[in-house]
Amino acid sequence: MGAKTLFSHSMRIAWKDLTELFRNRLGLVLLIVMPLFMMVMVGFIYPSNGGTGANLPVGIVNEDSGFNNSTLPSQTFIMGLEIMNNQTHFLAFSNVTTMADIKDMVQRGDLEGGIVIPSNFSQSILTGEQGTVIVITDNSNLQISAQINGYSQLYIEQLSTVLAQKNVQSLNATNALAVVNPYSIQLQGVVSGTTNYFDFVAPGIMAMTVMMSVMTGLPVAISQEKEVGTMDGMMVAPINRLSIILGKTLGQTARGLLQGVIILVLAIGLFGVAIQGSILLVFALLLLGVFSFVGLGIVITSFTKDQETAQMLMMTLMFPMMFLSGVFFPIQTMPWYMQDIAKFMPLTYAADAMRKVMVLGAGISAISTEIIILIAFGAIMTAIAVPVFRRMMTR
Amino acid sequence: MANESIIEVKNLTKMFNKFTAVDGINFDVKKGEIFGLLGPNGAGKSTTLRMLSTLARPTKGTAIIGGFDITKNDNEVRKLIGIVSEKMIMYNRLTAKENLWFFGSLFNIPKDVLTKRIDELLELVQLTKWKNAQVGTFSTGMRQRMNVVRALLNLPQVLFLDEPTLGLDPQSSVEIREFIKKLNRENGTTVVITTHMMVDADLLCDRIAIVDHGRIVALDTSANLKKTISGADTTIISLEISNLSPELITALRGLNCVDAVTQENTLTLRIIVHGSEAFDSVIDKVRAMNGKISSMQNLQPSLEDVFLHITGHQVRDTADQKIPQEHKRFGASQQGRIR
Ligand SMILES: Nc1ncnc2c1ncn2[C@@H]1O[C@H](COP(=O)(O)OP(=O)(O)O)[C@@H](O)[C@H]1O
Ligand SMILES: [Mg+2]
Repeated sequence: MGAKTLFSHSMRIAWKDLTELFRNRLGLVLLIVMPLFMMVMVGFIYPSNGGTGANLPVGIVNEDSGFNNSTLPSQTFIMGLEIMNNQTHFLAFSNVTTMADIKDMVQRGDLEGGIVIPSNFSQSILTGEQGTVIVITDNSNLQISAQINGYSQLYIEQLSTVLAQKNVQSLNATNALAVVNPYSIQLQGVVSGTTNYFDFVAPGIMAMTVMMSVMTGLPVAISQEKEVGTMDGMMVAPINRLSIILGKTLGQTARGLLQGVIILVLAIGLFGVAIQGSILLVFALLLLGVFSFVGLGIVITSFTKDQETAQMLMMTLMFPMMFLSGVFFPIQTMPWYMQDIAKFMPLTYAADAMRKVMVLGAGISAISTEIIILIAFGAIMTAIAVPVFRRMMTR
Repeated sequence: MANESIIEVKNLTKMFNKFTAVDGINFDVKKGEIFGLLGPNGAGKSTTLRMLSTLARPTKGTAIIGGFDITKNDNEVRKLIGIVSEKMIMYNRLTAKENLWFFGSLFNIPKDVLTKRIDELLELVQLTKWKNAQVGTFSTGMRQRMNVVRALLNLPQVLFLDEPTLGLDPQSSVEIREFIKKLNRENGTTVVITTHMMVDADLLCDRIAIVDHGRIVALDTSANLKKTISGADTTIISLEISNLSPELITALRGLNCVDAVTQENTLTLRIIVHGSEAFDSVIDKVRAMNGKISSMQNLQPSLEDVFLHITGHQVRDTADQKIPQEHKRFGASQQGRIR
């Protein structure tokens, strides 16, 4: 049977499935509500905290005992911190008496962290030593802790540069800065403007929803037709058995992409996510993600007799994938063995590539590795799935 | 032409793991015939039909339909057949017309031909008025008509029907039977129908294969099957006893001349007996147990009796009949009486 008839039969089946879908009001509502829930949940659980104005409460303890009756260095330092923070409002400073108080207050939740200036600070600075500042963070809360660390380091580095400049100037150098910092690093985000957690998760959620939607939709759609009996109507027609699975896949993919579009619209409209790269590439990646996954869905379909089992099996598989594929948390922060597991999930690569395109504006060449891996995943899974499905169809 | 076989079933066998659902059956179906597979639930009728219609693969054996082997040329067989399965093959959210379009388009029927055919078929089952209504809104009778018509989209030479009257009201059952007859008469369509309803088999089928436990235990015309009972010294009596008790039934079953006893309703028994002394023995027994006979009748054998006679149990299962009944049989084996 020709490829043309195969395709035309597949299209009929896909079209039939979509017609059914669009006439199912409740199903349609759920199709829209589900991603909305997910987006809203993610959006509010993780506050958008990049940019300015995070105002994380941080206590400052000045234990400086001075040098030659002068505490000028520590006062200058604190003033410097405050001046800088007045521009960015990353942190909100308050004065605290002792380091122990800070720990107490962090535990009570009054503070997120603290900066401690030790008693020998002025002495060190004025005698040509390095002045050390202690940054205390709540390391039970990794995200906040990392932020405070980052901001404090940023401030302190800048302050030390200013101080060094002054020191060197007194040595009569022409360009003091060049002496202190022969190399200058300018920190700049790859993305213009500010990014937030939402920019990070939106591409992953999109990839995840579309791929999961197809992978769960396929076994359910097929086992449902088997259960109801309508599958027999297709099976008794003289068509290539592959057109059934192809048609179902096309239908489910269209449904998945529709969900993807909904998420994208929500992400842009409600959560201010901006797409840097090509939107065409975004959808091409989604399709590729579906291709990489669909074989698994077909295999599961072939082995499950009823909808319920299919759904349970999919849930069991989906759960680890959701959390291990770097959709919600960067893979780099996971323990090594989890990272290894993540490497075997196509979603990991799809989410990564999507993020690169959507957030970083990457082109095809920048994500070629992910593309190749996804194609390989898809090719291998399809190669396994097709014979398995054929066997299932002729019980 | 008239005696040409269109289906030849050869040692057809289906096993589910170790359980043999269809046990090496053989039969031929003649062109233009209405052929019935009659048997209780679980006899293997549906499984047989599914194998014949290429929906299930035989474990052993095969069948030739219209010259094509169902295991080797399944797609050729599919072009010749239509199947009305136990379950509705219909999408509730599609309209009558859309459903037929969808299934028709899988048969590569040219568009204009298909459009015309759909209109004709809908007209044939008086559903033209509802062609743009979703099938989910149809009554059971309408749905079953749709289900039958769907199987006719490719103008099949052989139509398989699996319990087409199951769950239908009497009126709809009559309609479906009439429709099948008309189709057979006017188009010469060969029909293979499974049923556990005696009326269906009796009113519809040219020949009937009685199926039990995956085997064909008898195969003939309805009249000939009945003759196997009335031709021998077997008689069927209906006995109404105003104080009927389970003990009495047990006692009757214990009689040598009694082949089977079934309870028709609270007071009436249907008894298959043999031998010239049978009437006397039965009456004596009832009297001996203080039973009061209020009516006694000599009955024409029904297919039910034939089935009971051959297999020793009833066709209708307990779920179908509210009156409690026993399945055990007595008397000698009669297998030899049926060829
Ligand atoms: N897919 C299956 N798997 C296991 N057993 C089956 C399957 N289909 C049918 N059977 C068994 O085979 C026997 C015959 O079933 P079936 O052909 O449906 O009988 P009928 O149609 O005469 O009522 C039954 O005992 C049934 O439980
Ligand atoms: Mg059945």
